[in-house]
Amino acid sequence: MASLKALRTRINSVKSTRKITQAMKMVAAAKLRRAQAQAEAARPYAERMQRMLASLGASVAGNPDAPRLLVGTGADKVHLLVVVTADRGLAGPFNTNVGRFARNRIRALEAEGKTVKILSVGRKGAAYLKREFPSRFVGEITFAGKKRIGFEEAQDITARISAMFEAGEFDVCALVYNRFRNVISQTPVEQRLIPAPLPEVAPAEGPAPIYEYEPSEEEILAQILPQNLAIQVYRALLDSAAGEQGSRMTAMDNATRNAGDMINKLTLNYNRTRQANITRELIEIISGAEAL
Amino acid sequence: MATFELELVSPEKLLLSRPVEMVIIPAAEGDMGVLPGHVPMIVTLRGGVISVRENGQETERMFVRGGFAEVGPTRVTVLADTAVPVASLSRAEAERLIEAAERDYQAAAANDTPEKREAAMNHLLAMRAMKDAAQAA
Repeated sequence: MASLKALRTRINSVKSTRKITQAMKMVAAAKLRRAQAQAEAARPYAERMQRMLASLGASVAGNPDAPRLLVGTGADKVHLLVVVTADRGLAGPFNTNVGRFARNRIRALEAEGKTVKILSVGRKGAAYLKREFPSRFVGEITFAGKKRIGFEEAQDITARISAMFEAGEFDVCALVYNRFRNVISQTPVEQRLIPAPLPEVAPAEGPAPIYEYEPSEEEILAQILPQNLAIQVYRALLDSAAGEQGSRMTAMDNATRNAGDMINKLTLNYNRTRQANITRELIEIISGAEAL
Repeated sequence: MATFELELVSPEKLLLSRPVEMVIIPAAEGDMGVLPGHVPMIVTLRGGVISVRENGQETERMFVRGGFAEVGPTRVTVLADTAVPVASLSRAEAERLIEAAERDYQAAAANDTPEKREAAMNHLLAMRAMKDAAQAA
């Protein structure tokens, strides 16, 4: 049986671990609120843009020289996966889930005979994917050290993707990230970016208005598509950031609870040992007295 | 006076959403004054000032760097890349941005495609409009 001193040290160490996990949980909860508010604030823009895109897209559909961001290169050979993960660990299964999802996706695509390239956003995913698929890895982007993700970060990523697209380095581009469903559940999803899927918009009240375009549809589309790309990336980043905090909060909550259980168990053990020691000492004294 | 719903959104937040009487939008092919009952249009924006009028007075002036606007008879939605109230623009900042934009344009003019050159030019013009707006404020 462990000595009393060893048990005491152990209890103290678990107690300080519990303090840390509890603090991390609180911090994650506060950050989660902020991240959710930011994701909420980004929604109106994205929705309006989808609506505009739907009416524009419908009017150029079938046009042979529609922008390539909308119709793609016509080929389906090289896939670029943009995998969004967190920069930090200790967030439960958050990073592993995206990693595993991406890995399965890559395997599936390669089984179909496609070439896959990986662009990773976030340090954690980069480390995993680089180890797993060193030859398909084309780059990584991290925002480690940034306090908050702004639209500019999304534009940086978009610029990188567009540059690769213009250079003809891939045909199809998709985002892989954790979609935030609620605080305890985030699911990895794949979302196609290029060619841009046209949003399905339910017909609003009355007949759809016939728009006049200024300048032409094509020119507006050529401007709106890159912007739409950026907004999709931005939404994914925000979703992922909120999911990361949610996942970390849940993980730390569990850790705190486990630490509590462990402290109870150790304290019980400690008290038992202490009592056993006292009893033993008493027996020693009594039997010593009797022997006299 | 009749009003219509104006929404001004940037990617990071919803800036304005309320009924107004008139809005002047810096559209790519010239400023556009919108009153209620306007014909449906989708336009792109250049850098400039969006001016909102309510009760016969100009109540808001926002500088946008670019974006899109969807105009309808009862609703106008402006999707701005970035939008800042004109009062909070600084001239020094604008001049710094103009310099950066000029450098970018020189670089683009030397070795990029015409589209890129045009984008750089538009950016430069937007920055100049920003300086003008800051100066006027």
